[in-house]
Amino acid sequence: MLTADRIIALSLMALSAYFMWHAAELPIGWNGMTGGPGGGAFPFWLSAIMFLTAAAIIVRSYRGKIEYDSNFFDTDTIRSVMLVVVVLTITVALIPIAGAYIALPLFLFWYLKVFGKHGWFLTACLCVATPVFLFFFFEVTLKILLPKGFTEPYFFPLYARFF
Amino acid sequence: MEMLGYLADGFATSLSPINLFIVLIGVTAGLFIGAMPGLGSVNGVAIVLPLTFIVPPSSAIILLAAIYYGAMYGGAISSILLGIPGASTAVATTFDGRPMAQQGKAGLALIAAACASFVGGTISVVLFTFLATPLADVALAFGPAEEFALVLLAFTTFVGLGGDDILKTIMMICLGLALSTVGLDLISGQPRLIFFDQPGFFSGISFLVLAIGVYGIGEILYTIETQKTAPQVTPAKVTFSELWMGIKLLNKMWKTMTLGSTMGFFVGMLPAAGATPAALMSYGIAKLTSKTPERFGKGAIEGVVAPETANNAASTGSLLPMLTLGIPGSPTTALLLGGMVMWGLVPGPMLFIEQPDFVWGLISSLYTANLAAVLVNLALIPVFVWALRMPFTVLCSVVFVLCLVGGYAPSQKMHDVWLIVGFGVAGYLLRKADYPMAPLVLALVLGPLMEKSFRQTLIAEQGNILAFVERPLSGTFIAISVVFFLLPLLKHLKSLLGRTPNRVR
Repeated sequence: MLTADRIIALSLMALSAYFMWHAAELPIGWNGMTGGPGGGAFPFWLSAIMFLTAAAIIVRSYRGKIEYDSNFFDTDTIRSVMLVVVVLTITVALIPIAGAYIALPLFLFWYLKVFGKHGWFLTACLCVATPVFLFFFFEVTLKILLPKGFTEPYFFPLYARFF
Repeated sequence: MEMLGYLADGFATSLSPINLFIVLIGVTAGLFIGAMPGLGSVNGVAIVLPLTFIVPPSSAIILLAAIYYGAMYGGAISSILLGIPGASTAVATTFDGRPMAQQGKAGLALIAAACASFVGGTISVVLFTFLATPLADVALAFGPAEEFALVLLAFTTFVGLGGDDILKTIMMICLGLALSTVGLDLISGQPRLIFFDQPGFFSGISFLVLAIGVYGIGEILYTIETQKTAPQVTPAKVTFSELWMGIKLLNKMWKTMTLGSTMGFFVGMLPAAGATPAALMSYGIAKLTSKTPERFGKGAIEGVVAPETANNAASTGSLLPMLTLGIPGSPTTALLLGGMVMWGLVPGPMLFIEQPDFVWGLISSLYTANLAAVLVNLALIPVFVWALRMPFTVLCSVVFVLCLVGGYAPSQKMHDVWLIVGFGVAGYLLRKADYPMAPLVLALVLGPLMEKSFRQTLIAEQGNILAFVERPLSGTFIAISVVFFLLPLLKHLKSLLGRTPNRVR
């Protein structure tokens, strides 16, 4: 927990430094002409406060006045969370290529069958029902087209039917 | 009595068949969301918000308010049946609800929770009705300086009253505000903080993206470790005789319920406090004022009634500053506020003048939502008992899919979906390291208002920074903010002073 706290504070420090560097592209000082701070001032000084706060968190962790829980992660947790995050990332990457109607059922299949160890019946029901619901809710009712990638041509008959 | 006329007009809106239907759907969905351990009102609203495009804005906000309400009722269900709070707001309900269930009185506990929620909701909605117009009238006098001071006040309540690690709270407020500045500068129109030159950042970071990331993906990741197996559900049956007994028992507790509701309402108005502390405080007061405090924690029905009235009252209370001042009183109302802005409705005093139909339609819908929630809650208890047996992975998988699609739908950019995953992972890690999430979301929603009002004031006053303290109202707000900000420092000093003599000895 102690190490994790320091690493997170350090990454927040790096993030705020990056923010400050970006914000400094716009005027960050007092602009006498218009009366008031320039466009970059708000993000710059807020990031500066973030930087100082993160530094204070690190300093505090070395003074040892705060008690930390023993463990940030246990191995079992980190494995399942990492696994879900990786599969989620793959799913999102797959959406523009293979389309939402392939990527999302694949994700559901993995999550229910492999990760959740559920039966075939439940998995099949959800893998079929979810895309059908998404299609009718978003595409037919709201006219919001989800990305389809290379599966786009297969949807033309459906478009012709519902639009 | 002008407001009663408005309220009557409002009922004409909220009692229309479509809105009644929406309220029913909303409270039922809210009850389920609230009852699921790990998902509370804020998660429900974040996940459902993108789906509300299907109805017109005024109905959408009624739907979301109904979900908010339903979730407050629903939280008690898993507190009693599982012993795990369905939402953080129902923590205090486990203290006595769980022992009651173990003694075979689960049905009675559920009835008491539902009826107490109804009383708390009703008392607070009446308070809301009478306080809304006067508060909006006061807010009409607000200029940019007051707006800035009020937003500042909202943030300092987190520092002074939030109870989380102060450094981490400040960090999250600043991070949220900094993220809100991404995109185009409001005044000069120049692009700023366009990370990696990604064009997606030109339109800024939507509050919805952050909320779905943190409260959707992040929350589910957070529950993965705790919810691997299906929980043990205590069976509960509800009969009419028990219902009658519950109502008779509740009839003896008006003092607890009135106290809990009133306190919950006012605590709920504070951005940093809200329903969870309100419920805990109400529980504490009920125990203090009880003639038999030793029964608390062992299945006292007052121990269920007191927190449930307070958390429902607090959820109504947090709507009051959101509607009248444009400052949300809780993370959930921050999302409602963001949603309203997205639909072109700007919360604040002008809303009461420009859109009275909408405002009073919403207020009157709180009455109907309250009634609908108690009826649906009591009628569906067997369904909840069944639904709580559902393995958590089933719910998680569907929520993940809804988050991804819901994040894509409003802007139709993959950029936002990537941001959602990023915020989800970051939010999960930050939450594990005890960084509070509510100030982050509130800051992102209020950030544009804060910067705009700050710079407008300075432009109008030719750069005179003292303008904020010279105006009486904003000066008062700033003074209170300073007090809140210094509160933790004073506490620290006091503990230092208190400790020194001990060391000498």
